[in-house]
Amino acid sequence: MRVWYFSEMAYHPAWEEGLKRGSLRVVLPNANYDPEIGHRLLNRYLDEFRLCDEVGLDIMVNEHHSTSTCLTISVPMALAVIARETKRARLLSLGNPIANRPDPVRVAEEMAWLDVLSGGRLEMGLVKGAPYEIAPANSNPANLMRRYWEAHDLILKAMSTTDGPFSWEGEFFHYRNVNIWPRPYQQPTPPVWMTGLSPETGRMAAERGHVVGTLLSLSAAGPMFDAYRKRAQELGWTAGPDRFAYAAVVGVGTTREEGLRRANLAADYVRTSVVVAEAFTNPPGYNSLAANIAMLKSGGKRGGFVRDRHGNPVDQRTATIEQLLESGTCFAGTPDDVYNQIKALSDSVGGFGNLLMFGQGGFLDHADTVANITLFAKEVLPRLRELSPESNKTAAVAAQ
Amino acid sequence: MTRTIALAGTPLELVERGQGRPLLFLHAGEGLAPERPWLDLLSRRYRVIAPCHPGYGNSPLIDGGGSVDDLAYLYLDLAAELGLDGAVLVGADLGGWIAAEMMVRSSARFSRLVLTAPLGIKLRGRDERDIADIHAMTPAEYLRLAWADARNGDVDYTALPDSELAAIVRGREAFALYGWKPYMHNPRLKRWLHRIDRPTLLLWGAADGIVTPFYGEGWRQEIAGARIDVIPDAGHFPHWEQPEEFVQRLSAFVDGRND
Repeated sequence: MRVWYFSEMAYHPAWEEGLKRGSLRVVLPNANYDPEIGHRLLNRYLDEFRLCDEVGLDIMVNEHHSTSTCLTISVPMALAVIARETKRARLLSLGNPIANRPDPVRVAEEMAWLDVLSGGRLEMGLVKGAPYEIAPANSNPANLMRRYWEAHDLILKAMSTTDGPFSWEGEFFHYRNVNIWPRPYQQPTPPVWMTGLSPETGRMAAERGHVVGTLLSLSAAGPMFDAYRKRAQELGWTAGPDRFAYAAVVGVGTTREEGLRRANLAADYVRTSVVVAEAFTNPPGYNSLAANIAMLKSGGKRGGFVRDRHGNPVDQRTATIEQLLESGTCFAGTPDDVYNQIKALSDSVGGFGNLLMFGQGGFLDHADTVANITLFAKEVLPRLRELSPESNKTAAVAAQ
Repeated sequence: MTRTIALAGTPLELVERGQGRPLLFLHAGEGLAPERPWLDLLSRRYRVIAPCHPGYGNSPLIDGGGSVDDLAYLYLDLAAELGLDGAVLVGADLGGWIAAEMMVRSSARFSRLVLTAPLGIKLRGRDERDIADIHAMTPAEYLRLAWADARNGDVDYTALPDSELAAIVRGREAFALYGWKPYMHNPRLKRWLHRIDRPTLLLWGAADGIVTPFYGEGWRQEIAGARIDVIPDAGHFPHWEQPEEFVQRLSAFVDGRND
């Protein structure tokens, strides 16, 4: 198993005000952001990413916009810094919200450039993005997935075409001369990742051999991974664990109490991420017809993505560490505890070869974050590597 | 009577009621709501033809997408298909925008235009909002802005069957498709409103907080000879909130002059 350390680079000093106003995103004015504190935090977080490289962890970066939960507004910018500060770690962009990007060829250029800079260490997530990202991008939610797939196809074609230029006249994007320089270091493209919560996403990813990741919820992971494996089988190949990724908050300590305390602080990521003004939570067309009907029938209540083992929604805002352990959202305790929890969850969903480790979340301070990363890398990571020793690159088989 | 006809390769659901002078009614972004009283009231005087815009009711989207331009051409095709002559064109909200887009292309089959709180044009500066952002407010805020009496617009969704909820959800999606960006307007439409060469009535709710009567005044200035009537105790949907007053003012305008 590979483990990808991840931090949203939160601006937690504004959370108290955001919680008071009922939104940490979109409508919380940036007067609540102090440039000096932001400067220190951003540099601190980048130091923590560098440490991951030193201790043997891989690295994941994401982006959000107009929010106190995440200071990273550009995956390529953050990864450009990290690529120069690291030597060994693979670098996962998870990812570019490509349906919200006006210029997919620019995305292809940036990703190719990062791949060249890092000597082929890039893994490239092409994601739908969260519903509250629609407002900052002002992208039309009603045709989001049509735009997503057109951008996806164009980006991959731009990265893998070597005898360009080619032209593109689609529903959303128009170019007459696509011919990116530099082209990527890895051929024909860096590995591609998607994220999702539904079996449909699992099927779509399987048809392309992409890695598929899911977030914080055991009850979504199982059916999505099953759908992927089934579709791969129908297409004549077997999807191994390397095609699957699972994201969870991780807190490890020399004692169980210390691990739980760290996880509990990092889990504020889960508690705060859903605090957003109601109007931006469900733009028309973003969620499925069935999900919208269910929401209307329930009087407008919306479920988060955290569910308990019976599939019932857990209120993320107030979730206790015990609830988050139960839902598979957190792994926490001693190295033995954490290893056992990860192994049990992986076994229960048929095996995943990538753990996306939320190892920092707001109020977990630098010393604790360093200790969390270091102890995990020393005591847990080697055993996880043994669990699935080599990523078997099953999609390479699919591509042949 | 409700039927579905095919136009330019796309199915379109139509409600047709009444006899007399044809009146093409283009519904608001909220949907047609044919069970509400205004269509019946109109059908006592006119032959009402009310399509469900693509994406609403049982009308599918045009090629899975489409724009207000497409709707304008679709309804010009509809007018030709039905052989309308001297018809009254009525549009509310989104429907008003579509109606204006039709009339700047061709007014040949129409004798009168009635626009009820239309969306569709940009009046003020680039950092001033002409049309309230309905996607940036809570349902309660929306009701307060869109209705003179918020209770008139409140719907208990928990009491509706799945088929109606599905239509509501698909309608919201279609409305977003047509009016997300630029937000609920065509930046170039105002330039061409001078082409509207039929007597035009603008009907506005006095308590409209989505597009205020000030916005209506902007429309009036762009269409030669247009006049504006403001209906008291009505918000953004005067046909919905004051249906009798709406029909009375519409028919006074339509029947009060010679063709």
